[in-house]
Amino acid sequence: MVNGYAGKFLEINLTYKKVEEITFSDKILQDYIGGRGLGVKILWNRLGKKWEMIDPLGPENILLMLTGPLTGYFLGARICVTGKSPQGNGIIGSTVAGEFGVELKCAGYDGIIFTGKAEKPNYVFICDDHIEIKDASHIWGKNGRESMRYLVKDSINDIKKIHPNYGQFKEPSVLYIGPAGENKSRVAAVEAKYAHAAGYGGYGGVMGSKNLKAVVVKGFGSLPDVIDQDKMLELSQEFSNNCFKIEFFRRWGTGSGGYTFGADSSSEPVRNWQEEWHDEKSYKGEEFDKLWVKKYWGDYGCPVTCLKLGVLRDGKYAGAICDNPDYELEAFLGTNLGIFSPEQNIYLSYVIEELGFCGIQGGAILGFTGELFQRGILSKEDLGGINLEWGNVDAFAELARKIAFREGIGDILAEGIYRAALKLEETKKSEVLKYAVQLKGMAIGAHGIRSGEDMVTTTSIGYSVSVQAGDHTSSASLPIDGDGSELYSILSDSGIYCFFTTFTLEFDQIASFYQAVTGWELTKESWFSENGLRILQLQRTVSLLGGPDAEWRSKQDDTLPSRFWEPLPSGPHKGESIDKNAFEKLKSEYYTAVGWNEKGVPTSEILRKLDLEDVELKLKKEGLL
Amino acid sequence: MEDVNNLWIKRNYEKCSGCRRCEIACSLHHEGKIWPEASRVRVFMFVPGVEIPHLCFQCEDYPCVEACPEEVLSIDDHTGAVITDKSKCTACGTCINACPGSVPHLHPQDGYIVICDLCGGKPKCTAACQEGKWETLILLEGQDAETEKASTKTPKELAYEIARKLLGEKATEEVYEW
Repeated sequence: MVNGYAGKFLEINLTYKKVEEITFSDKILQDYIGGRGLGVKILWNRLGKKWEMIDPLGPENILLMLTGPLTGYFLGARICVTGKSPQGNGIIGSTVAGEFGVELKCAGYDGIIFTGKAEKPNYVFICDDHIEIKDASHIWGKNGRESMRYLVKDSINDIKKIHPNYGQFKEPSVLYIGPAGENKSRVAAVEAKYAHAAGYGGYGGVMGSKNLKAVVVKGFGSLPDVIDQDKMLELSQEFSNNCFKIEFFRRWGTGSGGYTFGADSSSEPVRNWQEEWHDEKSYKGEEFDKLWVKKYWGDYGCPVTCLKLGVLRDGKYAGAICDNPDYELEAFLGTNLGIFSPEQNIYLSYVIEELGFCGIQGGAILGFTGELFQRGILSKEDLGGINLEWGNVDAFAELARKIAFREGIGDILAEGIYRAALKLEETKKSEVLKYAVQLKGMAIGAHGIRSGEDMVTTTSIGYSVSVQAGDHTSSASLPIDGDGSELYSILSDSGIYCFFTTFTLEFDQIASFYQAVTGWELTKESWFSENGLRILQLQRTVSLLGGPDAEWRSKQDDTLPSRFWEPLPSGPHKGESIDKNAFEKLKSEYYTAVGWNEKGVPTSEILRKLDLEDVELKLKKEGLL
Repeated sequence: MEDVNNLWIKRNYEKCSGCRRCEIACSLHHEGKIWPEASRVRVFMFVPGVEIPHLCFQCEDYPCVEACPEEVLSIDDHTGAVITDKSKCTACGTCINACPGSVPHLHPQDGYIVICDLCGGKPKCTAACQEGKWETLILLEGQDAETEKASTKTPKELAYEIARKLLGEKATEEVYEW
């Protein structure tokens, strides 16, 4: 058994209620690590040949919840949720922080592979080697936190039966979906705690399509052994000491961004990206601060603890509680809806979590609909009587509820902005797609690129050539072994750990940690020219294949949301835009750097070099190569 | 050191970040591994955002020590911690039932009772908490320990108390019922 891994995975067939333990070879683990990397490998092996035929919301899709060898050891534990994405039709490695991954490893498993579809609503209960597929009909339809309360209570009683004389044990960890996921929305998240969410990718909808309400896990064991614990602890201390110094994040998290990304960098979505600049001082970090519980808050093993807890204790929305909101939610559930009140932003974040949406994808559909209302393409009647004016938080909350339960217009909007736009173009006989700020089926993160000042997406091609399209945590840049490279995202998403604890680290430091845990050497050469690059090629391939309802097979799909080609309309960066020629040139350079031909398809040469002959065959068969 | 009970770990629950680095430090010290359930300090989360680091309160009358029929438990003269002699423990559960704070629990693998021993006077959990400036677990000595000592409560009672403070009256509905 390899150090750092629990050594086995659970495979659960929901159709036949069959549970088995499976393993992967050392070679596969070494090449693909865990999390996103291993997820890509599993999905390719099992679904690759017929990728374009697989319905992401059908029982033939596979849902994965995967840890990695560094989960629980490296600072800030996360777990990766993946499968064929109902947004991008490729694979998105969607990660979420919390204790779930640690509990799972302590229960003896590195990950869970779900296949098939349960006949009725179910949840899976795991307590070490005790695994049960249980009825969830009593919690189906319930909001996030009520679901969680039921699940924890029921599971505690089950654990007591297994360990009657133990004394009090800690609560189990839960990954769950809300009503949006149950109703197979493509913008639903897999959630943990409160707004902790594996949001990008739409895997909440995949869980819903499998009638899987939640997974509850409790582990009484230890984390697996590592090969050189002294070295690992020494590095852990060194990395932690660096993190303790990140005072900015410790004070605000990303929660000062709601003001600064608009006012200072002109890269924040405002009213469905009609602008990217605002100077609303009501939205400053200090104003959010008044509604935050003043403490550091974080997840397992984290030295940064950058989260805040947003709590409304009085007023119209008293009782609303959510994480932060962090910058993405401040933008997508605030400025992008014309909301500039921290109180209303916290309230709407709470609503979105309760309903089970991804704050980014779910927020984006609200903003998109807001603009269609503003332009008269959708009327109050179309919206079931909702007066969807910018800044009307109650209206946006009501629309979110309609989307979660697929009521009226909500049925179309639950499909996400890309698919909803296509549908509305048909029914409204009007140009709609241009208002959908998306790439390859995914709304893009709250980081505009036209001002060139954004701290997260620093290059114009960042989203365009990323294998996770709009995902701002996995944007691409050159050089491919440089700081902003997507291969770094693949590494942290496969490890898997929070990249917020790695800002001060060089590749070699992370590699030393990896080696202290697994005993395997990780070099820049092996990652950036072989293993990391191989995962990237597989993700690119499935993104190109897409299907069955959408595909992104042409070079023209590596583009920008149409709005981004227009000049910025306001603020200190007014008039700035993306130079199309420079963009195309950069894109070509990127293609060359990662081994893609002029059409953006991985070349036979690179595929053979990476032992991906089966990928080459498939691309040829589909006429892409 | 003449005082009995001369060490005590103060808990500022309202400040707990939920990072669980105290658990990590504790289990590494006692078990040589990262092991959440084997840790002598365990962070309970009855509601996200209200995390309760839970460990022995060193009650005035030590009901667990009193109750043990096998003389497994004793009081350390120097620190005031409850010391366990695992070789004698029969896992009968008497001390678990005697504790008003639901603190003692069985070792998740080997089945004997585990209770915080204050690491012999230099607790790892407080050091881990202090280095990150969370100021949640604070080691007190002598007179300070005596005056600051809080009465024993269960993690659930504490969760209600802290949730009420942090989240307001309405929000205590959030606390898991278990």
